[in-house]
Amino acid sequence: MNLLDPLIQGILLGGLYALFAAGLSLMFGVMRIVNLAYGDFAVLAAYGTLIVVNAALISPLAALLIVAPAMAVLGYILQRTILQRTLGLSPLPSLLVTFGLSIIIQNLLLMFGSADQKRLSLGGVDTASITLPFDIRVGVFPLFIFLLAIVILSILSWVTAKTQYGRLVRAVSDDPATVDLQGVNPKQIYALATAIAFGLVAIAGLAAGVQTSFNPTSGSMLLIFAFEAVIIGGLGSLWGTLGGAMILGVAQTVGAAFAPAQQILAGHLVFLLFLAFLPNGLTRRKVRA
Amino acid sequence: MSASVAQVLVEQRTHFVRRWTRTSIIGSSSFLVVAALLAVLPFMVNLSLVYSMIDLFILVILAMTWNMLAGYGGMVSVGQQAYIGIGAYSMVVLADSLGLNIFAAIALSAVVCGVIAIPISFLVFRLVGGYFAVGTWVVAEVVRLLVVQFPQIGGGAGISFSAMSDLSRDWRIATSYWIGLGATVIVVAACVLLIRSRAGLALTAVRDDMTAASTSGVMVTAVKRLVFVFAGAGAGIAGALIAVSTMRVQPDSVFSVQWSAFMIFIVVVGGVGTLEGPIIGVLVFWFLKQLLADYGPLYLILLGVIGIVFVLFVRGGIWGLISRKGRIELFPVGYNFSKKL
Amino acid sequence: MLDVTKLSAAYGQVTAIRDIDLAISEGGILAIIGANGAGKSTLLKTIAGQLPTKSGSIVFDGDDVSGLPAYERARRGIIMVPEGRRLFASLTVHENLQTALSAKRKGAWTLDAVYDLFPLVAERKDRRAGNLSGGEQQATAIARALVANPRLLLLDEVSLGLAPSIIGELYASLPIILEQGTAILLVEQDVSRALNVSDEVHCLLQGATSLAGKNIALSEISAAYFGTERDS
Ligand SMILES: Nc1ncnc2c1ncn2[C@@H]1O[C@H](COP(=O)(O)OP(=O)(O)OP(=O)(O)O)[C@@H](O)[C@H]1O
Ligand SMILES: [Mg+2]
Repeated sequence: MNLLDPLIQGILLGGLYALFAAGLSLMFGVMRIVNLAYGDFAVLAAYGTLIVVNAALISPLAALLIVAPAMAVLGYILQRTILQRTLGLSPLPSLLVTFGLSIIIQNLLLMFGSADQKRLSLGGVDTASITLPFDIRVGVFPLFIFLLAIVILSILSWVTAKTQYGRLVRAVSDDPATVDLQGVNPKQIYALATAIAFGLVAIAGLAAGVQTSFNPTSGSMLLIFAFEAVIIGGLGSLWGTLGGAMILGVAQTVGAAFAPAQQILAGHLVFLLFLAFLPNGLTRRKVRA
Repeated sequence: MSASVAQVLVEQRTHFVRRWTRTSIIGSSSFLVVAALLAVLPFMVNLSLVYSMIDLFILVILAMTWNMLAGYGGMVSVGQQAYIGIGAYSMVVLADSLGLNIFAAIALSAVVCGVIAIPISFLVFRLVGGYFAVGTWVVAEVVRLLVVQFPQIGGGAGISFSAMSDLSRDWRIATSYWIGLGATVIVVAACVLLIRSRAGLALTAVRDDMTAASTSGVMVTAVKRLVFVFAGAGAGIAGALIAVSTMRVQPDSVFSVQWSAFMIFIVVVGGVGTLEGPIIGVLVFWFLKQLLADYGPLYLILLGVIGIVFVLFVRGGIWGLISRKGRIELFPVGYNFSKKL
Repeated sequence: MLDVTKLSAAYGQVTAIRDIDLAISEGGILAIIGANGAGKSTLLKTIAGQLPTKSGSIVFDGDDVSGLPAYERARRGIIMVPEGRRLFASLTVHENLQTALSAKRKGAWTLDAVYDLFPLVAERKDRRAGNLSGGEQQATAIARALVANPRLLLLDEVSLGLAPSIIGELYASLPIILEQGTAILLVEQDVSRALNVSDEVHCLLQGATSLAGKNIALSEISAAYFGTERDS
C-alpha cells in the first residue's frame, strides 16, 4: 500500500485543523474559556458565506471579506455581553453558556436552512490539483489552506511575541487581576481575543465548507478536531498546535487508507494514545486550569 | 464557626450536631410518600401518561448523577451518553443474550458502566478546566464508533430488547414504570447518602471553594474519581431503563449528545450543586416538553435560551430562589449546630 | 491633589475600612501604618479602584474618581504597586515594564530613565519576571509603576521580606520620584522606617483611623498602632 499519499494529504488536512485549533486555543489561553459552540460558529460562518455567495453572486473567497469581519464583530459583542459574565474561577458557567449557544445555533440552522449537506464551490479551483515528484497529486485548495494556516499562525505568534497587545494578552493570562493597574481594561483584551478567534473561525469554516460538505450539526465534529489538535500539540503553543493538527490529519488519512470508514475513529484513537502517554502534548508544557 | 472549633465543642458535649432539620424531615418523608403514591399511579391514570413518566424517571437519574459530577465535583461532563449507551447495550446483552433476570441485569449494567468509567477517568482527568468537557465528549464518540463495529449487537442499525416482550403491553409499561420508579428512588437515596458521607463533605468543599479544594491534592482526586464512577453507573442505569422502556437500542439515539444537553438544562434550571435542584428541574423540563416538544428545533432553541438566562442571571436555579440561598434543605445532608439546653 | 473623605469599603458584607479621611498634595508623601489586618492594603486598593467604594469620596485632581474603574484611574495617574508585587511571571522584566505603557501617560519616566534609576532592574531586563529574587521583583514592580508616569504612586509594603540593603536602595529612590512632582502614599509596617521618609503618618486600627498628623511622638504612635490606652 502506498502510504506516502495519505501522509501528505493528512499533513495538508492538518493545516485546516490548525486554523480551527488556533482560535480555540487563543480563547483558552487568554480567558481559560473552552468555547463549546466553537465549531458551530464555523458552520454558521459557512452558511453565512453561502448566503452572501447566492445573494451577491460572488466567489466564496470574496464573500469571506464580508463574513470574516462580521463574525469578528459578532465575537466581540458576544464576549462583551454574554461570555464576559461567565468568567471566573469555575469553568462551569462558560461551558454551560457555550453549550447552550451550540444548541441554539444548530437548531437555528436547522430551522432556517435544511438538514441536508451543503458545500461551497470555488468553481474549479477546489477540485484542481498539481502533481508533485513521486507522482503525488495534491489538491490546489488544500495546499493553499495549509500555506494560509502557516501564514496565519506566523502572524499570530508575531502578534503575541512582539506587539503591545500580545504582551497584554500574555499578562492577562498570567494575572488577570493586575492588568487594570497598568491602565488596561481586561474586558477589552478579552473581547479583542474573541473577535480574532471568530475571524479565524470564519476563515476555517469557509475552508472546511469547500474541502468537505457541512450540515447544521457538523460543528460538533469540528470542535472535537480542533480540541484534539490542541491537546496533541500541547496547551499554550501555537506551533505545537500545528504539529498536533498535522498528527491528527495524518492519523485520519492513514487510518482511512487502511479502513475507509474508520477515518474519524482513527483520529480519536491517536488522540487517546497521546492523552495516555504524552498528556502534556508535543510541547510537554504544563498549563494551569 | 470553624469546623475544628465546632468539633471541640461537640466533643465537650456542650453542643450537638443535628443533621435532620424540621424541613429535611418533612422533605424526606414527603419524598417517600410521593414515591409511594407514584407506585400506585399505573392503576389510576391512563397508560400514555404512565409511559411518559418513565422518561421522567430516566431524566431524574441522569440529572441527579450529572449534578453530583458537575455541581458538586466541578467536573462538567458532556459525555455521559457514553454510559447511557453502554448501559443500554449491557442490558440487551445481559437480559436477552445471557438470559439474566431483569433486575440483576440492570444492577449489572450499572456495575459494567462503573467499571468502564475507572480507566476512562484516568484519561480524562488529565485534561484541565473546560477541556475536560470536550474530552468526555470524545470518549463518548469513541464508544459509539466502537459499538457500531459489532454486527452481533446490531451494528449501526441498533438492536431490539425483547426480555419483556412476552408481557402484555399494559403490564409491560406498568412493569417498566415500577422498575423506573424503584431505580429512581435508589439513585436519589444513593446521592443523598453520598453527600452525607465523608466523601460528600470533601465534595461540598470542592463545590464551595474551587481553589482551596484543587490544591488539597490526593484526597480530592480520589473523591472526584469516586463520583465520576458513581455518575457513570447512574447513567448506565438510565441507559438500561431506556432499553426496557423503548424495547430498542439505537446507537445514534443512546449515544446522542442531546442527553447531555437535557441533563445540563435540568440541573441549571433547578439549581446546580443542590440535591433538590435536579428534581425541580426535571419537572420544569418535563412540563416544557409536554407543551412544546412538537415544535422540534424551536423547542430546543428555547431550552438553550432559558438555560443561558439561568446561568447568567439565576445562578442558583429555581431551588436557589426557593431555599433562600441554601438555608432550607429537603434532604438531611447539612450540619446544624446547636447549643445543648 | 488627592482628597479622600469619609471613605468606607467592604469585602462582601464585611466592612474593612471605615470613614477614612486623608489628603495629599503634589510631591507630598504620606505613610500609612498599622498592624496586620488593619486595612492598609484595603485602603490602597480602594483608592486604586480594585475594590469598590462603599461610601465616601475620592477626589483626585478635582474630580471624584470613586466611581471609575481601576484602569481609568490608572490612566489618570493613580498607579499602585500592589502587595506581593504581582509581576507578570511569564513576561520578561522589560515586557513587564512595557505593559505600563498602556496607561498612555507621557512624562519624565521613560523606560531609559527608569532603568537609570534602578540599575538592578536594567541588568535583569531580559529575564522572566518569575525567575527573579524577591528584591529584584520589588524593584521591577516599582519600575513598572514608574513607566506609567504616576501622579500618585501607591506603594504597598515594598520592604516586605527583603534584606536591609535592598530596602535601603528602594527607599533611596523615593526622593527622586517625589522630585518629579509625584505624590506617594506609602504603606509600611515598620514605623521607624516610615518616619524616616515621611513626617506625616496615618495610623489605621481595625479599619479606622486611630491617629493622623505630622511629627507625632513615637510613644503616641505605638499606642495608636496597637490600640492600647494612651497615657494622659
Ligand atoms: N479579599 C478579601 N476578602 C475578604 N476579606 C479580606 C480580603 N482581603 C483582606 N480582607 C480582610 O480585610 C481586613 C483588612 O485587610 P488588609 O489586607 O487591608 O490589611 P493590611 O493592613 O494590609 O494587613 P497586612 O499588614 O497583613 O498586609 C482584614 O481583616 C482581612 O482579613
Ligand atoms: Mg496589606
